[in-house]
Amino acid sequence: MAQRKIKIKINGVETVCEKGDSILTAAQRVGVPIPTLCHDDRLEPYGGCRLCSVEVKHIHRLLPACTTPVKPGMEVITESATITRIRKRLVSLMLSNHPNDCMHCEKAGECRLQDLAYEFGVDGSEYGGERWDLPIREANPFITYEPNKCVTCGRCIRICSEVVMAGTIDWVGKGFYTLPDTAFRRPRSLSNCEFCGQCVSTCPTGALTDKKGRGKGRVNEMQRVRTTCGYCGTGCTLYLNVKGGTVVKVTSAFDGPVNQGNLCIKGRYGYDFIHSAERIRAPLIRKGDGFHEATWDEALDLVAKNFRKVIKKHGNKSVGAFSSSRCTNEENFLLAKFVRTVFRSNNVDNCARV
Amino acid sequence: MGDITIRVCMGTGGLAAGSSEVLREFSSRLSSRGVRAGVVKKCVNKTGCRGFCAKDVLVDVIRNGIRTTYQFITPEKVSRIVDDHVIGGAPVDEWLVGPEYHAFHEKQTKILLKQCGEIDPEDIDAYIGVGGYEGLKKALSLSPFEVREEVKASGLRGRGGAGFHTGLKWELCSMSPDKVRYIICNADEGDPGAFMDRAVLEGNPHSVLEGMIIGGYAIRAHEGFIYVRAEYPLAIQRLEIAIEQAERGAFLGKDIVRSGYDFAISIKKGAGAFVCGEETALIASIEGKRGMPRSKPPFPVNRGLWNRPTVVNNVETLATVPQIMTRGAAWFSSIGTDKSKGTKIFALTGKIKNTGLIEVPLGMPLREIVYDIGGGCGRNRKLKAVQTGGPSGGCIPASHIDMPVDYESLGDIGSMMGSGGMVVMEDTTCMVDMAKFFLSFTRNESCGKCLPCRVGNMRLYEVLERITGGKGRAGDIDFLVDLAEDIKISSLCGLGQTAPNPVLSTIRFFRDEYEAHIHEGICPARVCKAFRRYVVSDTLCTMCGKCFRECPSRAIAWEKKQKAFIDVKKCTKCGMCYDACQFRAIL
Repeated sequence: MAQRKIKIKINGVETVCEKGDSILTAAQRVGVPIPTLCHDDRLEPYGGCRLCSVEVKHIHRLLPACTTPVKPGMEVITESATITRIRKRLVSLMLSNHPNDCMHCEKAGECRLQDLAYEFGVDGSEYGGERWDLPIREANPFITYEPNKCVTCGRCIRICSEVVMAGTIDWVGKGFYTLPDTAFRRPRSLSNCEFCGQCVSTCPTGALTDKKGRGKGRVNEMQRVRTTCGYCGTGCTLYLNVKGGTVVKVTSAFDGPVNQGNLCIKGRYGYDFIHSAERIRAPLIRKGDGFHEATWDEALDLVAKNFRKVIKKHGNKSVGAFSSSRCTNEENFLLAKFVRTVFRSNNVDNCARV
Repeated sequence: MGDITIRVCMGTGGLAAGSSEVLREFSSRLSSRGVRAGVVKKCVNKTGCRGFCAKDVLVDVIRNGIRTTYQFITPEKVSRIVDDHVIGGAPVDEWLVGPEYHAFHEKQTKILLKQCGEIDPEDIDAYIGVGGYEGLKKALSLSPFEVREEVKASGLRGRGGAGFHTGLKWELCSMSPDKVRYIICNADEGDPGAFMDRAVLEGNPHSVLEGMIIGGYAIRAHEGFIYVRAEYPLAIQRLEIAIEQAERGAFLGKDIVRSGYDFAISIKKGAGAFVCGEETALIASIEGKRGMPRSKPPFPVNRGLWNRPTVVNNVETLATVPQIMTRGAAWFSSIGTDKSKGTKIFALTGKIKNTGLIEVPLGMPLREIVYDIGGGCGRNRKLKAVQTGGPSGGCIPASHIDMPVDYESLGDIGSMMGSGGMVVMEDTTCMVDMAKFFLSFTRNESCGKCLPCRVGNMRLYEVLERITGGKGRAGDIDFLVDLAEDIKISSLCGLGQTAPNPVLSTIRFFRDEYEAHIHEGICPARVCKAFRRYVVSDTLCTMCGKCFRECPSRAIAWEKKQKAFIDVKKCTKCGMCYDACQFRAIL
């Protein structure tokens, strides 16, 4: 596959990259930083925010690194006076139509726009023109949408159609007033929204936030616990955001080997059970019509006694185990081992393949 | 009595002026008089004579080979024309067109527009009768390579705006390894005031189909799409008729004129977004997505419709191709300049006497277009500038009136060919206001995908609004220039990259007008309302009372033989009195 390799120059340094790579991919591979906003590794390149604009020799305008494929012999410059000027201009224009209310914004501290404003030292105050003044949208039970904070990068729209394949949101309006919305601007709960929160996971600003986590703590107060989702056999990696011993939010782990940050409604929003008062905290033994709390020793003794009884009467093949895909691999292994060595039966299965 | 043909203009302009009734009246009047005459739908349709479409309904009476053209014909006038002229042989002199009708046409070189208005666009035989589909037959007798070479040799460049070499585009597309290819005809003519594509589609739809089939053959495509805006119902209707006729005549479909080549054309109606004239947005729209452009490269010739190699050509470009095939590349390249070959249709509008569509060889000096064909500015006013290239173009000041109109010269002066809009402005046009007008259009038509176009153009517009509103600040001009330059180099598609052109070119040539607005508090052209004082001049007022009658706020006091007086407290500065006063007595 030698012919698939292409040689280009990035900032004067010769770099080998694959055919079909974008300039951005090629630069990232050799550690040359290029700022992005509308880019998400999970999505098709878009080229909307123009922040990744770079200079390519013999081309008079700037080209977006994310969508431009590499060509043999291409000479790319990623930093220059013009490029910096344009990037500053872009961030500044973005901020000129943004509430800039970082002090009470849910996203403060992990906001891409905030980082860019800091990096380029601009605040957009030189324009002073019209800003969107749109109401906050609360109809969705899981997602709060603050259109005024939207930078129209289109990531929510693209993840909804490219990854989730739901197509709940798309562009509405034209020109300055273009923004993502549901069809006919209906409440999301009335649309075909799956409430997966993928749009929230990709939103670079505070425009889309998890309703359940709002006001529950700032980024720097949270402890991020990396874990595996317990809902199904896929085993998505996620972060529990813990503040003061309480899980207040679930966020994406973009380097998760199984899911690359993608989650469904259960993994992202189904964490209420963790701190539920109705949660069963001790084994229950049925006596007559009702359940009675017992100790683990009592419970396990009872189970062991009854299994022995069944095996004695009907043989080893009469028992087996069906384990849950909500268990980890290690737990499932232990159960299989237990059934084979203790029950001496091969009747063991798991629901994960169902 | 001999051979008699009567042609009634049935273009959009004609229809609006009531040509259907005129046509019906002619038919019934002639049959009741027992005269056998051919009554033909004439699609003059602003073709070369928009000014005369203003004088619609236009009717040609061809009697024994002599053509007489009438203007302003209504059904009531029909009987006298039939009696006196058709039967009696004496034309009705007072209804004939004036000398300007003929002067208008003399300087033009009509290639594309030649048959528009002459043949019935709804009759394929009329097209074949004037040599139609001969170019296709010739092309099919050659190899696709030879067709591409012929078009390359002709020097034909895209008429949609950017001026890319058509033959080269075809060649690039045919080099792609993918065997499924498409050709698209871009008929999403969106520039305000431009209607050249519409004229060709309505007046001679078969020429576009023929060009498309030849183009399809040249790139070995078997399917083509015409993306036409839904606002052109007559064009769509005539295209549908033309496609059906061409299919029946074996010019479309399987085994075209027994050459073994298959080609099909479908029509896709656009929903009116200006940006869908941009080829990648157009492709997205055909695919059923929102019409938003994507970054190039990759170019459509490599990855276009449904990711297949696709050629997108403009209506005018494709309509030119059959002529090149029939008459040869050498003939075509003999017209025009060194780098800009052939003729181009311009929509001449604005403050000019003869507005309309004109077709001239590229490289014609602007002066000849404005003065010889256009008849100069009205009411002896002074020419100020000519805006070319539509809302994305730039203005050419009167001092450059002798420049040739071709791709390179227009680009050098900071404007562009665009689709061929040409708006003439005289001294009553405020250049700041004009730039604001064009920007308000492009700002609204931005698709919203890329940031510099979406927000940047809005910010540009706001500064222009501030300046024309009398609130301009020192430094605003430099701010505009810097922002405009940044938008140009960082925007995604042609719309954003060219939207600031009117601002930049007016600042380049009319900086003094901007300065007058900002520093002196005046609008030199007296257009921007914020600078008007709304007082009646003692010396100019003729005491006619027109302003008094027009004022909706009753802010004007007037009595017979008295000068008018405007009460500043009641005045809402609506400008009705200013527009009404014929003596410019309101300051």
